[in-house]
Amino acid sequence: MSTPTHEYHPDSTGSKIGMWLFLFTELLLFGGMFLLYAVYRVKNPADFHYASLNLDTKTGAINTAILLTSSLTMVLSIGMLERRHRKASLWFLIITIGFGVWFLVNKYLEWSHKIHHGIYPGSEELTGRTAGENLFYSLYFLMTGLHGIHVVAGMVVLGVMVWMIGKPHHRVLPVTTLPVDAQAHAVSVTVEYSEDAKLDQQKLIRLENAGLYWHLVDVIWIFLFPLFYLIS
Amino acid sequence: MNAEKHPPVSLGTYLMVWLALLALTALTIAVASMHFGAWSVLAAIVIATIKGTLVLLYFMHLRYEDRMFRIMLLLTLFTLAVIMLLTFVDVLLR
Repeated sequence: MSTPTHEYHPDSTGSKIGMWLFLFTELLLFGGMFLLYAVYRVKNPADFHYASLNLDTKTGAINTAILLTSSLTMVLSIGMLERRHRKASLWFLIITIGFGVWFLVNKYLEWSHKIHHGIYPGSEELTGRTAGENLFYSLYFLMTGLHGIHVVAGMVVLGVMVWMIGKPHHRVLPVTTLPVDAQAHAVSVTVEYSEDAKLDQQKLIRLENAGLYWHLVDVIWIFLFPLFYLIS
Repeated sequence: MNAEKHPPVSLGTYLMVWLALLALTALTIAVASMHFGAWSVLAAIVIATIKGTLVLLYFMHLRYEDRMFRIMLLLTLFTLAVIMLLTFVDVLLR
């Protein structure tokens, strides 16, 4: 902010570039793991095939549908804020977080089912099986686990957005912003949230960036799902 | 500063993209159950790429953003592709 006055100009392109640069580092992080998966798969095709048969396609498909739908409610929340429907935007955000919870509950049930059957990295059951199967399950827990952490992080970010959009915003402006004939009677002007275009703009930029993160987590799952649950 | 701003995307567009994503998910499950061997791997990756592209273009607004954003993404994916290619060359020809 170089201007000395109270005026400030939200820079939507600048903050989006920052967000995307961060997302690129996330793509490279997961990209490295996909590479690891691909190399080990090429080296152990039969073991990977056999191990992936034991993952429940139905759970994976349901979780895919949940995340895709949560992406829809995310963009609807942004669309509603763009159209100045603050309440609707809030509700869509809360629904999005709800889908995140549902996804994680399914993931928890799936993992505990596997662990209950003695399938977890370093378990007695797995050490008795082939190296390929061990690699498959290690990558499965590592990649879906890291993805799950990203879902949790996304939910925290969305929670902050709920708080930010939900709290009523007032800004006190100088009396000189009033029409001249009204200035004599006023001490200050309080601007309500919905009338303050600049605050609105700033919140919208933040919500859009939060949405970008949520969608990236969805994109990563779009690739995780077929690689672990379907390819066999 | 703010570059040119796109008008709000219609909510109907989002709904259509969501339906397409669900349909593609059903398709990829159906294809996987048909056992095309090596082709089913390719099909799964192609369908996932289409789904990812839909999310990036519409939900993540890349279609409506400045061209620079798409170039930056392609640069990142290109970097990833080079890393993958070189690794595979090493692994397969060793």
